[in-house]
Amino acid sequence: MMYGYEWDTTTWLTYATSILPIILIGLTVTLKAAAAGFAIALVLGLVFALLRRSRIKAISWTTAVVVEFLRDTPLLVQLFFLYYVLPDFGIVLPAFLTGALALGLQYAAYTSEVYRGGIEAVPRGQWEAATALNMTRMQTYRDIVVPQAVPRILPAMGNYLVAMIKETPVLSVVTVLEMMGLANMISERTFEYLVPLTMVGLIFLLLTLVCSAALHRLQLALPKAGIPLK
Amino acid sequence: MNWTAYLPMLWQGAVVTMTITLSAILFGVILAFVFGILRVEGGPILSKVALCYTEVFRGTSLFVQLFWFYYALPLVGLSFDPITTGILVLAAHAGGYGAEIVRGALSSVSVQQMEAARALNFNRLQTLFRISLPQAVVEMMPAFGNLTIETLKLSSLVSLISIADLTFSAQSIRNITLDSTSIYSVTLVCYFAMSLMLMVVVRVIERMVRRGNAFPRAAHS
Repeated sequence: MMYGYEWDTTTWLTYATSILPIILIGLTVTLKAAAAGFAIALVLGLVFALLRRSRIKAISWTTAVVVEFLRDTPLLVQLFFLYYVLPDFGIVLPAFLTGALALGLQYAAYTSEVYRGGIEAVPRGQWEAATALNMTRMQTYRDIVVPQAVPRILPAMGNYLVAMIKETPVLSVVTVLEMMGLANMISERTFEYLVPLTMVGLIFLLLTLVCSAALHRLQLALPKAGIPLK
Repeated sequence: MNWTAYLPMLWQGAVVTMTITLSAILFGVILAFVFGILRVEGGPILSKVALCYTEVFRGTSLFVQLFWFYYALPLVGLSFDPITTGILVLAAHAGGYGAEIVRGALSSVSVQQMEAARALNFNRLQTLFRISLPQAVVEMMPAFGNLTIETLKLSSLVSLISIADLTFSAQSIRNITLDSTSIYSVTLVCYFAMSLMLMVVVRVIERMVRRGNAFPRAAHS
């Protein structure tokens, strides 16, 4: 895809402006990967958290071990595992999906702990009221506990989204052309590494600063809306 | 090929991973204390410098930092071998996160403690080293434990700048044997085992710190 592109490396400024469009294309891939990974992490994290609270010992213990394992091993190796091992079992996914899945799995381990904290923070009386109303365990989770747990864990989830955005460059090792992968590719053609890498670093810095500021406002806004923070 | 045949090569990689992780944690903790204390006690200019350091190293993705320093340091005449570069970048990254831990713990020490120190005519350095830090260190320990595991996991990225760590060894064996399933399973288990080992070490240190804190300098008084 890089054929036909010309980069003007006379000064750092012309170089930067000539590669900016491609880097921005990479940025959209980065954001898409983070969004997909985060969606997986949100769903799977809740599943892990509920399984972890299962009354059947075998299920809750297995979940605990799986979550601990996902959390204590590197994303990079998990990604290699999914990318190279899944096809051996006949599951061939596009690199982007494999990457999003790896991000989602690793962060599901983190978000499950956040869900757990949020669920445990729901007062005991809510459970008792649900029992008194003859609700099943499933209904209690769906209609009473989870809706109350989710708003108060929003800031913690937001922090993990920011962390995840910063980890997306890892996907470039399995041929996903996100921002960092493109920057590396341009650098290898021009032998000028610093400008593309600095640009990518600055874009990440800008992204995290903006997201952190937004999260800070959310953290201030939630208690005002009557939602206690964990 | 039996998977046990991979173990000697993976072992060499694991030793490199451990060396890098432990050195990065050691330097990272030093950086964390220096910049964390500067954030709180550094005055108008130095605290801004410390703020810039933490924001830059927390905000720009370790992956980018690793490649940036790998290519940038030689341009300013500092050619290290890749391992040193890897350790320095990991340490700076951990230091950025650690400085936030130190800052948070220091600012959580109660105001009454500061007032008591003031009333006893302690100067700022004495207050910091005799009153705030001993109490704050206990609060920091769980967070530093997590940071240690994070650093171990992130150390796998140094394989991308051609350092022969555990991940790099796994990759090279796979490229020869194509036996992905067993190699990556064994590698993941190795990382898991190392994480558990580090957790135990952190717990022991935590307990030592707590015990040391229960009788603060009783012998002197």
